[in-house]
Amino acid sequence: MGILDSKVPSGPLADKWTNHKNHIDLVNPANKRNIDIIVVGTGLAGGSAAATLAELGYNVKTFCYQDSPRRAHSIAAQGGVNAAKNYQGDGDSVYRLFYDTVKGGDYRSRESNVYRLAEVSTNIIDQCVAQGVPFAREYGGLLDNRSFGGVLVSRTFYAKGQTGQQLLLGAYAALNRQIHRGKIKSHTRHEMLDLVKVDGKARGIIARNLVTGEIERHSAHAVVLATGGYGNLFFLSTYAMGCNVMAAWRAHRRGAFFANPCFTQIHPTCIPVSGDHQSKLTLMSESLRNDGRIWVPKRLEDAKAIQEGKLKPIQLKEEDRDYYLERRYPAFGNLVPRDVASRAAKERCDAGFGVNKTGEAVYLDFDSAIMRYGKEKALTSGMKDADTKTIRALGEKVVEAKYGNLFQMYEKIVDQNPYKTPMMIYPAVHYTMGGLWVDYNLQTTIPGCYSAGEANFSDHGANRLGASALMQGLADGYFVLPYTIGDYLSDDIRTGPISTETEEFDEAEKHVRDRIEKLMGGKGEHSVDYYHKKLGKIMWNKCGMSRNAKGLQEAIDEIAALRADFWENVRIPGSADTKNQELEKAGRVADFLELGELFAKDALTRNESCGGHFREEYQTSEGEAMRDDENFKFVSAWEYKGEPKDAVLHKEELKYENIELKTRSYK
Amino acid sequence: MNLNLKIWRQKDATSKGQMVDYPLKGVEEDMSFLEMLDVLNEQLINKGEEPIEFDHDCREGICGTCSMQINGRPHGPDRLVTVCQLHMRSFADGDTIVIEPFRATAFPVIKDLIVDRGAFDRIQQAGGFISVNTSGNTLDANAIPIGKDIADTAFNAATCIGCGACVAACKNASAMLFTSAKVSQFALLPQGQVEAPERVQNMVRQMDLEGFGNCTNTGACEVECPKGISLENIARMNREYLSATVKG
Repeated sequence: MGILDSKVPSGPLADKWTNHKNHIDLVNPANKRNIDIIVVGTGLAGGSAAATLAELGYNVKTFCYQDSPRRAHSIAAQGGVNAAKNYQGDGDSVYRLFYDTVKGGDYRSRESNVYRLAEVSTNIIDQCVAQGVPFAREYGGLLDNRSFGGVLVSRTFYAKGQTGQQLLLGAYAALNRQIHRGKIKSHTRHEMLDLVKVDGKARGIIARNLVTGEIERHSAHAVVLATGGYGNLFFLSTYAMGCNVMAAWRAHRRGAFFANPCFTQIHPTCIPVSGDHQSKLTLMSESLRNDGRIWVPKRLEDAKAIQEGKLKPIQLKEEDRDYYLERRYPAFGNLVPRDVASRAAKERCDAGFGVNKTGEAVYLDFDSAIMRYGKEKALTSGMKDADTKTIRALGEKVVEAKYGNLFQMYEKIVDQNPYKTPMMIYPAVHYTMGGLWVDYNLQTTIPGCYSAGEANFSDHGANRLGASALMQGLADGYFVLPYTIGDYLSDDIRTGPISTETEEFDEAEKHVRDRIEKLMGGKGEHSVDYYHKKLGKIMWNKCGMSRNAKGLQEAIDEIAALRADFWENVRIPGSADTKNQELEKAGRVADFLELGELFAKDALTRNESCGGHFREEYQTSEGEAMRDDENFKFVSAWEYKGEPKDAVLHKEELKYENIELKTRSYK
Repeated sequence: MNLNLKIWRQKDATSKGQMVDYPLKGVEEDMSFLEMLDVLNEQLINKGEEPIEFDHDCREGICGTCSMQINGRPHGPDRLVTVCQLHMRSFADGDTIVIEPFRATAFPVIKDLIVDRGAFDRIQQAGGFISVNTSGNTLDANAIPIGKDIADTAFNAATCIGCGACVAACKNASAMLFTSAKVSQFALLPQGQVEAPERVQNMVRQMDLEGFGNCTNTGACEVECPKGISLENIARMNREYLSATVKG
């Protein structure tokens, strides 16, 4: 091993980042003008990185597949962004945010990175407010907070149920300011199809103009991949339809190690699947678990009657309901972390207690919250003897103010009124903790190729806590990468512009053109979606919320066979030299068909249960996850060697010097 | 349910487009409108025909990518939703549904139902920001209290998703609702007031350059906006613009 150098600075945990910043090389402002940086992906991480790098003086080129940087899927994050501001005076601190994140990640993340994340979290809120992000405020004019799963303090800043949108529009505005100054050249409707290496260093990309079909060469002194996660591997997920792993996977094939691919987050509060036509799943913010109580019927016959539509949930008496999270985890109740909540829902549904026609749903009930808020509101409005009807009406108003847009969204999709009858929810694929392996500087194993945000593996271990994705994206982009990349680029001040007329660019472009030709040349048996759906079913059934060795081995074989079939028989209409959405999808699915196999292989290799990775063979008699710190306290970093089955595992041992490893308990 | 679809097909920006009939059987009412189009596309692909290209991404009503005119209305018949959140239960068996791209000079068609909304980005680039560097050394977030009412009004303006329905709904193809939402958000907040006069002038100038029409206060934009952005923003922008140019 020894091939992986995490480059974690020495010294006490709390001083590492400051010391590191003080000792890394800087690039003089006049020289920054001669250095080009490519940023692929314009979500929170990519958008904020591009804006900051351009402010510093570098020449930045951004690329996104969407028609505008503002549409990156960060926009869909609902609940909030964590920061250790301790505005509520409830005992929060940088250390506590750090501790919660490492514990929430089930001790599979790097201490130093997580501490830095917690440290810069407070700057994020200051920065965003200065940019005009309209966070929720209290009547006194100060910022409001709420609490999220897996923690005991209120540290989450939010903007109704649209926090991701507001933060992304903040980064988009910062980006626009630099585009206006000419420091950023924005390439929309462009997709990166390969990474170009010159003398071992990342020096550019090959991109396809999605409107004209042209294949373009772009060079730079460094390349930043901030291209999000790969949850669409499962076909059905809460990701946007276009989210894909292509940029990261192309970099992987060029030498960037892929870390912990099997660490996937399955989010507990999504709208259940309604039928075979389903194209994506809709998440409802975890913040709903602050006030909603999750339950299924206590008796199987009641569950059956509900599934058949013979019984309505509101007809079921309080004592006939099983609030299973409150029962199993009295300390955290409905606010246990996502992986725990998702598995508990699956456990009840697998046992036959599900509440929709397919038996794959549980209730999320706001009735007690409505009555509780209603009583409070009645008292503060001077109504001492308000009747139940008035209390309910007042309570519904309070709940509407908090979650109105989510309730509206639910009603639009399911056609039921969640103020009157409990919501139905079921877990869905939502986030991938795994991603490109990066060192402390966010550099991948390819010099000059960096990765930020969800695309890297760095901060969330085996499970991410709520409201931490937005925090990580902005921390990486605004406050980490702009410093660390300077250290690398300080060696490039005399390099001059990178030419695209070189053998390396020729080779990469040819590779891209050959691949497109091969895709277009399939015999034409089945559509791209046909393969994507098949892959999704394998992943969900055999690599989903719980996994076992037999299923994983089957998944590996089935995915390899499906991949061969795909390359032989996929049908892509139209031509490659024009807008062609089927071709776009085909390129993405082709990469998923490789990643899926590596995913299963990674899960099969990790003989323990931790966070979102639950191996059925490794559980306690109560069904809780059993971690194996002696043998698996490491990051799996996979090196590409051709077929996924030949990938080579490198281990980065995780050291815990500041936190004692414990069995994660939310009881 | 069975439907008669009439859909705009256009090969590329320079080709002439036309309406094409597509009968579609077995549509379920739980399908979203875009899932209904997915079903049609799957059938077209299996027949060896080119599928209908349309913009879509998040499919949960927040990214603003999806954009089509359904029976003459941007995002279709339901209020306060984008196409991706429109469900087939809003239609009846035997319905004829006419599907076209958003129509505006400033939104040229790229292919089929896809239009180029780059003009919106350029309006934002002209001034839709607060000039503050991302140093992390700004004021503490709670240093300037902001009244809840003002914060909420700014938030409501900021919920614009930039889909372009306001332009498609307007008989003049005006972008006033879109532009005014951003102008309002920043004009309301103390952080944005410092450069408010330059911002409104720059954004309005760019809006005019892009070829959007004028506002004649019809209010169709507000009715069709999937996020319910209020006409008050246009009034606020007009005041901001007037005061900026008079002072100017």
